Amino acid sequence: MRRVRKWGPALLLILPSLIALGVFVYGFLGWNIRVSFTSWQGFQPKYDNVGTKNYQDLMNNERFQLDVKHILIFTLVFVGGSLVLGFFMALLLDKGVRGEGFFRAVFLFPMAISFIATAIIWRWLLDNGEGSQTAGLNKLFSMIGLGFLRSDWHKGDSIWAISAIALPAGWALSGYIMSLFLAGLRGVPEELREAARVDGAREHKVYWHVVRPMMLPVLMSAVVILAHISLKTFDLFFAIDPKSPKIDTPALYMWFTTFDGYFYARGATIATLLLFGVALVIVPYIWYSVRSERRK
Amino acid sequence: MTVTSEVARPAAPATDGRNGRIRPRSSPWITTGKYVALFALVLFFLMPVYALVVTALKSPAEVSVTKMWDLPHTFSTASFQVVWPAIRTGLVNSVILAIPASVISAMLGAANGFVLSKWRFPGADFVFPLILFGMFIPYQSILIPLTRTMTSLGMVGGLDGLILTHVIYGLPITTLIFRSYFAGISDELIEASQVDGAGMLRTFFFVALPIAPPAFAVSIIWQFTSAWNDFLFGILLTSTNYNPVTVALNNIAGAQNVPFERAMASALLACLPTLLVYILLGRFFMRGLMAGALKG
Repeated sequence: MRRVRKWGPALLLILPSLIALGVFVYGFLGWNIRVSFTSWQGFQPKYDNVGTKNYQDLMNNERFQLDVKHILIFTLVFVGGSLVLGFFMALLLDKGVRGEGFFRAVFLFPMAISFIATAIIWRWLLDNGEGSQTAGLNKLFSMIGLGFLRSDWHKGDSIWAISAIALPAGWALSGYIMSLFLAGLRGVPEELREAARVDGAREHKVYWHVVRPMMLPVLMSAVVILAHISLKTFDLFFAIDPKSPKIDTPALYMWFTTFDGYFYARGATIATLLLFGVALVIVPYIWYSVRSERRK
Repeated sequence: MTVTSEVARPAAPATDGRNGRIRPRSSPWITTGKYVALFALVLFFLMPVYALVVTALKSPAEVSVTKMWDLPHTFSTASFQVVWPAIRTGLVNSVILAIPASVISAMLGAANGFVLSKWRFPGADFVFPLILFGMFIPYQSILIPLTRTMTSLGMVGGLDGLILTHVIYGLPITTLIFRSYFAGISDELIEASQVDGAGMLRTFFFVALPIAPPAFAVSIIWQFTSAWNDFLFGILLTSTNYNPVTVALNNIAGAQNVPFERAMASALLACLPTLLVYILLGRFFMRGLMAGALKG
């Protein structure tokens, strides 16, 4: 009884949220997994059981195989590029420059813009017109004498064409990565750096031996954040070149097969695989974050 | 995992490094190189904005994709006038949607955050990571159950279902923000109020809430921005008249042969509100970003 008096009101306060999240997150995830084992196609839901047939079909599905390659390539280029750019920007700002607030604001503002708006702008910048029709970035390159950089971007023939989308995606998110690294760099106690300097270490050695090892947790956060965004991003691809097979990904395939084609079972299967892909990076990350908090 | 660290502070005015502490002077070459790199990056980040603003404000007759980088010779609001009727409904819908979605989510988050940091019931440490997971799931993996549920609730087409969806999927981040914020206030404050005979609810309403405005600002701004910028839920759950601004923007500017200047004018209008929030309340926006990475 005393326990009820003590915890009752607290539980009551938090219960609506717990129920809502229980249903909308875990209930829905379970429901979706259930659908991935059915043969549901068309408007009428159908809850039969076909076992892992949808998963096997998907493994042999050429579009899905291509989509997986696409998303892996995109993730590699986007995560790698944003990490390098974000870290570079953080290093430039770390030791204090005049107008730091201005630079930070400029590098970060794309985070405030929707992926749809970003895509609408960049689809014109990534134009692949040739000769007198040259526009966008290619035009800019030729204007400043770098015409040899001309590219077909995401409309190129190579399977790597999708990596062009890492440009708008990196434009949108590398400022965020910069903030994470900057926070990390400034979290390194100045005493540690000074101690190393007193011992005669040059500045680059201070970075390598003192700062770098302490950046590992930040690096991990940045990789996890970027990788999970990369796997689930839908709107950026959707709006930059609608229905282009060259930039098709599992997230887009899920959408079109489910809501344009009414292949609910297949859509649910792709969604389940996406969930496991994301969970693979996110669950250890949450576990690690919560555990390191408890240690404090 | 606290929201009150160095980085979270305002875009601090540029100081020269670490406030007068000893630091090695870098050579003028390095300093020059640093500023050259910083300004090159500023150009990279602002280049799309230049194209966006200049194109939207040129007279339509002057606009051409092949001349998108040329300085404007004319000034005209004609493009805005053309797209305004189409984008206006989207803007209004997004306002109607984003305000309750952010306010309700923040209020529930405040209750959850308080309970999970200051009134930890047995099992609270188990519940919190489960809540957190909700903010990282790929939404594709709940879309099918979500449409089914919203359809049977009769909440598809209008804004009510979309608001409910944003409120619920916003709970993890708002809970996290408030939990970190309340974790930072001293337990003595809570104990003092208990000694005075106040129960959990009184402590929450009369001790915790009055000191929580900063956490409200962070969560509301974060939630407002995500609801405003969301596309996936908006396109799934609303009919044409109730499309949020991202969907409206994609309808106008995502079509294959839309005039360039109209695409840019509507994109500019669609991102203006969140950009204003970013410019005016950037420091709260930053804190939300840090919380989103489970970082303080």
